[in-house]
Amino acid sequence: MQTPTELNARTEAKFGMLVDYQWCTGCHSCEIACQMEHGMPVGQSGILVHDMGHWPLEEGGDEWQFGYLPVPNSVCDTCAHRRSLGKMPTCVQHCQAQCIEFGPIDEMAQKAKAHKDYVLFALGA
Amino acid sequence: MADHGVEGYNNSGVSTQLVGDFLEVPHERPWRYEEDGLTVTRGSAWSGPGCHDGCGVLLYTDKDGKLVKCEGDPENPYNRGRLCVRCLDVPEVTYHKDRLLYPMKRDPKDRGKDKWERISWEEAIDLVADTFLEIKEKYGAESVVFGQGTGRDIAAYITRLCWSFGSPNYVLFLSGCACYLPRVAGMAATAGSFWVADCSQQFPDRYDNPQYKVPETMFIWGNYPLRANSDGFYGHWVVDLMKRGMEVVMIDPKVTWLSTHSKIHLAIRPGTDAALALGFLNVIINEDLYDHDFVDKWTYGFDQLKERVQDYPPAKVAEITWIPEEKIVAAARLLASSKPATMQWGVAVDMTKEALPASQAIAACFQITGNVDVPGGIIAPPEILNYAGGWGRELCPEETWKKRIGLDMYPLLNFGFQIAQPDELRHTMVTGEPYKIHATWLQQNNTLSCMSADPQETYAGLMNCDFNVSVDLFMTPTIMATSDVVLPAATFPERNGLRLGDGVQRGEVINKVCQVGECKSDMEINLLLGKRFNPEAWPWENVDEMFSAMLEAQTPFSFDDVREKGPIYLPFSYKRYETGRLRADGQPGFGTPTGRIELYSTFYDNAGMDPLPYFEEPVPGPNSTPELLEEYPLVLTTGARPWSLFHSEHRQVERMRNLKKEANVYMNAATASKYGLVEGDWVWVENVYGRCKSKVVVTNIYQDPRVIACDHAWWHPEGDPEKLFDTHDLNVNNLLPGIPGKAGFGSNYKTTLVKLYKVTPEDGTNGPFKGGEEGGKSQALDGKGVAAIQDLVDQRNQLVEDVKAIKEAMAEAARQA
Repeated sequence: MQTPTELNARTEAKFGMLVDYQWCTGCHSCEIACQMEHGMPVGQSGILVHDMGHWPLEEGGDEWQFGYLPVPNSVCDTCAHRRSLGKMPTCVQHCQAQCIEFGPIDEMAQKAKAHKDYVLFALGA
Repeated sequence: MADHGVEGYNNSGVSTQLVGDFLEVPHERPWRYEEDGLTVTRGSAWSGPGCHDGCGVLLYTDKDGKLVKCEGDPENPYNRGRLCVRCLDVPEVTYHKDRLLYPMKRDPKDRGKDKWERISWEEAIDLVADTFLEIKEKYGAESVVFGQGTGRDIAAYITRLCWSFGSPNYVLFLSGCACYLPRVAGMAATAGSFWVADCSQQFPDRYDNPQYKVPETMFIWGNYPLRANSDGFYGHWVVDLMKRGMEVVMIDPKVTWLSTHSKIHLAIRPGTDAALALGFLNVIINEDLYDHDFVDKWTYGFDQLKERVQDYPPAKVAEITWIPEEKIVAAARLLASSKPATMQWGVAVDMTKEALPASQAIAACFQITGNVDVPGGIIAPPEILNYAGGWGRELCPEETWKKRIGLDMYPLLNFGFQIAQPDELRHTMVTGEPYKIHATWLQQNNTLSCMSADPQETYAGLMNCDFNVSVDLFMTPTIMATSDVVLPAATFPERNGLRLGDGVQRGEVINKVCQVGECKSDMEINLLLGKRFNPEAWPWENVDEMFSAMLEAQTPFSFDDVREKGPIYLPFSYKRYETGRLRADGQPGFGTPTGRIELYSTFYDNAGMDPLPYFEEPVPGPNSTPELLEEYPLVLTTGARPWSLFHSEHRQVERMRNLKKEANVYMNAATASKYGLVEGDWVWVENVYGRCKSKVVVTNIYQDPRVIACDHAWWHPEGDPEKLFDTHDLNVNNLLPGIPGKAGFGSNYKTTLVKLYKVTPEDGTNGPFKGGEEGGKSQALDGKGVAAIQDLVDQRNQLVEDVKAIKEAMAEAARQA
């Protein structure tokens, strides 16, 4: 476990988590996968699904702002141990919509240019 | 495969022949291996804890044999490494402090009291077997009812247990069998087998299979697959296909992620799905958008259907369904022009009283447009075990079989699941007509919180029984209220098993990795008891032998083979109606009397039912009981699944409860404001039949201020056991009378008329259930002084009279002869 100082230190970004949030259905699998992988208490997780709002763009219309976004937080350790076993971070593997990618920051930054609705999170070790 | 019941009909619910190659999935490692100090076991997952799917999982155990983690299996084509929150959290369920850990008994005079006594398995099995056999001896095997909860890994074994005991009364205490079964029975009767959306789930290489085609449009009708994962359909396949270019038409009263990502969202008035489908057919037929070649060669009764749909012009359908006419027409045209179009239909179709004509109409939309058994259309799922037919029907003696409750009133009960009619059974348990029910065997069936309509009547019926036995994972309100013996069941990581269920089947096993308390699997309990009831029907030494026997009946594989190699994919090809693989006799066509898809059903016709699809207004409802609108102005729908809870399960599982904390009623701001309600208020939701307590959520996902929704199956495991964990206050089924459709299938679980008012300290509870005569008064047989409701009561009573008259006439004829 990292200390708060370590968690908040402005170390260099090594990895990127790239979320194509057009596809996030809000299923919470990433949260629970993270909790279970790291043995965290109920309600805590290294990634949380946020409601991006839901309202019709026009009164009574069918076009809506409606979506979710999974956001890694300071507790995320990029599943370093798990990756050392040759596996993906657990949130990436278990994401039911398969809308999360993980990799070296440069590679992910390059990918993010492909289309809109990508969100890139810069992560440390 | 054996065919029982009406001669000449394939009434088994399945008729696909397994001709061709079985395909395996390559594995990098054996089914059990070591990783990082833990043992990893590959296998499948199937309820309980609850689910209708069978995802590939990797179960991690430590050196003490404790399950520490459940992960998705990336090698398994079904879920491709993904999992939903409920499976990820399965260790918390398996090791939950409230699990039932050993058999217990209670003196029947203490029903409702928390006075359980621990007993050994030996004593428990002796007690149950001896008592059941004594009741059989005294009153006949039919006086024992075998009931299960929702579709899970129980149906095969409990049906065998029931039938080998000699009872015809296998049941789900769900009014009108209103989940999956109406569609299965209706499709078996009219189209020879059940039909599911083709999402490439029958191929190990899935979307890349060269035969497969991504559907152009999927109509999602009456379910929210991302959360529901119903009938062997992994919900996020929809998202996989959307990424591959598939469009969606969403038919759902509420706004969701899927509806806002759909090409067309039809926010339908709950309970009017049949009208919408008939409106689609009107457009498709009148605008000549149907597949002439398929209709000419492979369907029966098109001209009659064409005539019938003239009663449903889009303008009229718009008035019925509350969907704008232009959207109905646009969706119908899209359906017809999409090559292929597919449908992912769900429980809302069954949970309408006239579910059979509704499913007939919906299926016809896809049948006449040539989407049957084509890549990306709708397919008849290949199966190893005839899941919908039960296992071992031949074990029940013919004489007793005829005593199945409801069979004489509802001949369609011969199709699909061989089940007692649940509503008639509910009445029988109270009235003792036509014979008294003396005992029940309930397997993972919390019927007082979830399945049963009119739970008060069900309670009274259960209390009338001499002996009630339950098998479950946790103490439930149903067990606390009514059981005399309770046996502790295993969760899936604690047992071996097969995932031979609904949807496309594969050869796949469930592997035991841990043991909790003295829990035993449902199958093991059934085998133990089966050996006592009827040893010849249960010749296997252990469950693994039994599983091998089930597999080997249809495949060259044993349980151990499948454990090593699974999942094994079954032979499959498209357009099997051309090759004779959809019929038991190997002839081309479908498993119906005419060999065609019967748009006009000869079976319905022979059974005195309307052979063509139709729509009937739900009762109570704004159009059928306008006189109720002043007092009960809101249309209520119920039962949408949250991410983390499966029916009445998971309420005590902290991680899951944290994602869904309370029983809610959802309404938009205008509705809340009209009733002076704010978010978080506790209200009574009440109709002419009863009421339940719910906590208000104000949301714009219900756009129509006339429509509100309630969660279902609530109880508070944290509550007082002797107040039955508050289930009598919280269960929305208090509002549902349990009136089945004309065929005995279908029931209005998802639509009624209600009012709302605040819960106060003075008026905060429904109190306890009532026993005896007062408690047994049936809501379904009470006209409530409302003409349309009284009509339904009269129809049922007339049916009872008719059956009685026919029986008397037959008895008289027999005497004369």
